[in-house]
Amino acid sequence: MTKTNQHTILKTENLSIGYASKKANTIVTSHINMVLQKGQLVGLVGANGIGKSTLLRTLTNVQDKLSGNVLLKGENLETYSNTDLAKTMSLVLTEKIASKNLSVFELVALGRQPYTNWVGNLSANDLEVVNRALNQTNIEALKDKKCFELSDGQLQKVMIARALAQDTDLIILDEPTTHLDMYHKAYILKLLQKLVKETHKTILFSSHEIDLAIQLCDTMVVMTDNTVITDTPCNLISKGVFETLFPKDLIAFDNHSGSFKIIK
Amino acid sequence: MNINYTYAFILLIIVLIICFLVNISLGSVPIPLGAIFESFIGTLEHESWPYIIKEYRLPKAFTAVLVGSGLGISGLLMQTLFRNPLAGPFVLGISSGASLGVALVILGAGIFSGAFASIFVSKWSIIIAASLGSFLVLSAVLVVSSKVRDTMAILIIGLMFGSITAAVVSVLSYFSSAEQLQQYIFWGFGSLGNLSWQELGIFFLVYSLGMLLSIFSIKGLNSLLLGENYAKSLGLNIKQTRLIIIVATSLLAGTITAFAGPIAFIGLAIPHITRQVFTTSNHKILIPAVFLFGAIIMLICDSIAQLPTSDYTLPINAITSLFGAPVVIWLLVRKRKMLF
Repeated sequence: MTKTNQHTILKTENLSIGYASKKANTIVTSHINMVLQKGQLVGLVGANGIGKSTLLRTLTNVQDKLSGNVLLKGENLETYSNTDLAKTMSLVLTEKIASKNLSVFELVALGRQPYTNWVGNLSANDLEVVNRALNQTNIEALKDKKCFELSDGQLQKVMIARALAQDTDLIILDEPTTHLDMYHKAYILKLLQKLVKETHKTILFSSHEIDLAIQLCDTMVVMTDNTVITDTPCNLISKGVFETLFPKDLIAFDNHSGSFKIIK
Repeated sequence: MNINYTYAFILLIIVLIICFLVNISLGSVPIPLGAIFESFIGTLEHESWPYIIKEYRLPKAFTAVLVGSGLGISGLLMQTLFRNPLAGPFVLGISSGASLGVALVILGAGIFSGAFASIFVSKWSIIIAASLGSFLVLSAVLVVSSKVRDTMAILIIGLMFGSITAAVVSVLSYFSSAEQLQQYIFWGFGSLGNLSWQELGIFFLVYSLGMLLSIFSIKGLNSLLLGENYAKSLGLNIKQTRLIIIVATSLLAGTITAFAGPIAFIGLAIPHITRQVFTTSNHKILIPAVFLFGAIIMLICDSIAQLPTSDYTLPINAITSLFGAPVVIWLLVRKRKMLF
């Protein structure tokens, strides 16, 4: 076992992910070795169906791994209690929230649940953290609005604020930019970058916005058919990793602009 | 707590007290409010009023409060757990489970053990049968629905279990005597009266247990508003919370059905009325508000069912729907948006 660095927040060792059933295990990807450092914005990219969601579900303990280890702050993920995990890792998922009748403030305040008492009363400190989260995501003006009154972009900011209020070292977002227009895609990712700088939290998100991720991320995790590579965007470009992401018949990666172009 | 909520709660408590007193005063023999106060402090001098109030009207009014609030809260728990505004104790087969249990006791006792029928059909066997029936059917619905995950499918499964229990009841009815059938059908009309203070005490005990569990679930219910995956990421033990919610619901809905019959509609409607009026989904507000609304509306329904000054009493089950459905429709039309 390799020594876990002080600055490492999340690390996988020979991780195999997929679906276990009675008959046989369906392996989606195996031999995943990745190390995420504290205080970084990390983008996870890969083609549709390559296993990004499965990887995120495994890293967040929603789904069981097939083999290998997931180390969160040096501890095995399975050793965390529900509450301890909730104090270390917060999530922004693609699924719609069940009730949109909550006000923005109430929803963000739910992020304090791991810290509140049995009935969920907010202490002065809880209120301060919630207000800071609203402030950091620029949604103070929306505070008293109901969630059904919000646009998709606003709702995504609210969900990010809720994750911030949970006050965890690691925030994981599953495709936070889907359903958003070009401006709001950039806005949300830029917001994540700002939050990493301000709060020194680690933010891991999966996305199809490869060109935006290349410009904003400190580290990127690229999933292809055979391997999972973790490196800085610059190194990944010079190694030509992005060319291997998709079939080459329609689009090609342009090293100079750091984006994909249609083959004419 | 928001200052507006405080005023709303004070208002509702006053309305509840008024409804409670009016409910006691109305009936086949109207009793003036002054006489009710006198009977409470023991200075009322009248040949029959003190007896009517103490032995009949007061237990009935308390039963109405327990039934209305309990059904409202169990409906609220189910709607949040299943993330479905159509859910309620009745839709998911809890009440039909209780009906099956009671049918087995009332109708089945005659078929399987004629000689012991009178022993089996005690109030206690009905209560236990109703509670067990509701718990079993709800658990079955939950076990099956844990395999499908689709919310609409869960409702269909609940309806299917309702059909199965109805079919079993039909088979039992076919083999039962007219007397037993009548007893079962009268139970099905629902009734808030006929409970002695002792029975009311037991009712209250089980009800309180269900209520305590509901209050204990407030935090979990609030995180379930985000969906199960989010709730889990907030540190909630889903399995444990789900079990507590189910036990609370079956204790509340099961005993209510046992003591007062399968009272329709309240469980579905009260949470919606409350959400429309309070415009919140926060269970810390909703649970006490549903309690008050449920109690008030049940008292009003019972007052109507008594057909004041007449000797007749209508089935409470019919009144809850006759009175409740238009209220929900009116609220939905007025607000033009369903809040959930």
